[in-house]
Amino acid sequence: MAKATLAKHLKSVTAGGSVAHKLRKARSGIDGLDDITGGGLPYGRPTLVCGGAGSGKTLFAMEFLVRGATEYGDPGVFVAFEETPEELAANVASLGFDLHKLQAQKKLAVDCVRIDPSEIEVTGAYDLEGLFVRLQYAIDSVGARRVVLDTIENLFGGLHDEQILRAELRRLFRWLKAREMTVVITGEKGDGTLTRQGLEEYVSDCVIFLDHRVVEQNSTRRLRVVKYRGSPHGTNEYPFLIDEGGLSILPLSSVGLTHRASTERISSGIARLDEMLGGKSFYKGSTVLVSGTAGTGKTSVAMCFANSACSRGERSVLFTFEESPEQLVRNMRSVGIDLERHLKSGLLKIVASRPSSHGLEMHLATMHRVINQFHPDVVVIDPITNLFSVGSPSEVQSMMTRLIDFLKVRGTTAMCTSLTSATSELEQVAMGVSSLVDTWVMLEVLRSGRERNRSLTIIKSRGSAHSNQTSEFRLSNRGFELMDTYLGPTGVLTGSARLAQEAQDQATLAVHAGKLERSTEERVRQRKLLKNRIAALREEFATQDADIEGSIQEETMRRDSLIAERHAMARSRQAFASVGRARKPAGSRSR
Amino acid sequence: MKRRSSVVRKPAKKLARKRAVEWELRLYIAGQTARSVAAGANLQRICDQYLEGRYRIEVVDLLMNPKLAQGDQILAVPALVRRLPSPLKKFIGDLSNEERVLVGLDIRPLAKAAR
Repeated sequence: MAKATLAKHLKSVTAGGSVAHKLRKARSGIDGLDDITGGGLPYGRPTLVCGGAGSGKTLFAMEFLVRGATEYGDPGVFVAFEETPEELAANVASLGFDLHKLQAQKKLAVDCVRIDPSEIEVTGAYDLEGLFVRLQYAIDSVGARRVVLDTIENLFGGLHDEQILRAELRRLFRWLKAREMTVVITGEKGDGTLTRQGLEEYVSDCVIFLDHRVVEQNSTRRLRVVKYRGSPHGTNEYPFLIDEGGLSILPLSSVGLTHRASTERISSGIARLDEMLGGKSFYKGSTVLVSGTAGTGKTSVAMCFANSACSRGERSVLFTFEESPEQLVRNMRSVGIDLERHLKSGLLKIVASRPSSHGLEMHLATMHRVINQFHPDVVVIDPITNLFSVGSPSEVQSMMTRLIDFLKVRGTTAMCTSLTSATSELEQVAMGVSSLVDTWVMLEVLRSGRERNRSLTIIKSRGSAHSNQTSEFRLSNRGFELMDTYLGPTGVLTGSARLAQEAQDQATLAVHAGKLERSTEERVRQRKLLKNRIAALREEFATQDADIEGSIQEETMRRDSLIAERHAMARSRQAFASVGRARKPAGSRSR
Repeated sequence: MKRRSSVVRKPAKKLARKRAVEWELRLYIAGQTARSVAAGANLQRICDQYLEGRYRIEVVDLLMNPKLAQGDQILAVPALVRRLPSPLKKFIGDLSNEERVLVGLDIRPLAKAAR
């Protein structure tokens, strides 16, 4: 047990290891903070967390303690100068922290210090040893490694002798350092200073500033590491979020272009589109932009993609800013996509919100959190352009960069839809985003005659061959149907014009086919005819041949009989002696 | 409580209930520092002078009993808490400013009446 706790504790401390001078850090456990600070808060030293009213200082401090106690085996002490233990427990219960339980488990001690200047009379020299005693007692009672003082500045309101107070504060921080306590001190933001009472003067190791800003009625919380002595740290303002899971800070801009590139492909769910992309579809982990004017079928393309991912057993998250989940499910049913099935199996999650419900950063933070919890393979954002109304173009660009970077690092394939106005140029359509995405599919409406027909073009697809053709597509209850657009002598034809042309083609083809058939028949007939004639001729020839043969035989027989007669005659004349000699000349003579 | 405070205000009964404790004082110190010792001495002197026989002093050394600091919300030491008569009053410092202690403890008018 003790060993396990020790191991945990060691794990919680990012020790310097072989490099002796490297700063030891205590993991805060706050989502994202440890990435920014390179491992956590300075171990054994105080950290000042300052900010205006309602900026989340107390929650920050509390989460630091609770995470330390529950995840890293570092018990903690919370000294509250503002709230009572009951108030404190109720306030952080909303973050899922059960203070009473932690106190019962001896993982956390809470001491509330109240000072009411009206009931205190100063009668001479004093010091704050009482505070030290209480702190020591609280630390000993749980074996604390972490301490939070929230907000120690309240002492300035209760005790008027600033000189004593400042001397005592300095002593307190020395005292805490000597005990190797990792301390978080909160302080209210002052006018032009980090804290009202200049606490930064005493706490010089690490200062974190929390900000809660409202821009155009949208509030965004931000965190900045003002200084961190002896350690590099992210210097930007990072948006953060407070919700049921506690704080989460988005260190998204700290991500560089170092993500791995997968060669694996992931189907778009539309076989014909896959074919247009060199027969292989999107790369896994790439970002796909589907742009188009209203009613071009962007959502359907995106849902088709998500649907196919879910059908393969992959997890998908849909962030929709236009439709409620139920509406989306119903509408997709009409094009033959059954999302309900995936919702039930838990492979699909739909997060619907209005863009104006939060600031841009908050949206980003929410997505970040959902993605981190759900671990999707596929993310669909429909449409990203709705977010553009919430922030300025530069903010949107920065947000999209961070979001896409984040998704790429995770290897999540993303499809964003983008609504473009009919009048704007293609280049303007997604200026902020186009350079970030890997594949850009443009949906258009081609107007011909009195119709509007949908068409699909692949504008770009990094690292894969893709068709240069515009395809027409139709949405029906069977889903997607992509067809080649008809390239006739009068240009590209779609819709009924295409159908008419196709019918005409069909007719021409039929005529041709008839002709061909007829020719073939004729040929057969001719062949047959000739064959018959040949047969007849052959027969005739045979007959004639036989006749000739017969007459030849007849002639021969006649000649032989003639010769025989002549012999008989000679014999009768008894001219034997000359018969033999005379026979041949007679025969040859007769010829 | 009310009865007790009325007792305090009646000098006639003072002699009769000489041994009754009307003043309950608690002095918090943190170890035997010079300041603690001075506070103790100052308190003793004031009580002897103005509250003879009517008081009880309890000295709490927080180093021995750190638990007790929380109850009376002690931060600064030395600290004196007047537990009785009510209302509760707190004093911090070594009690060297006698005037303040007397006014704060509401002893002054009583003391005058006693004289």
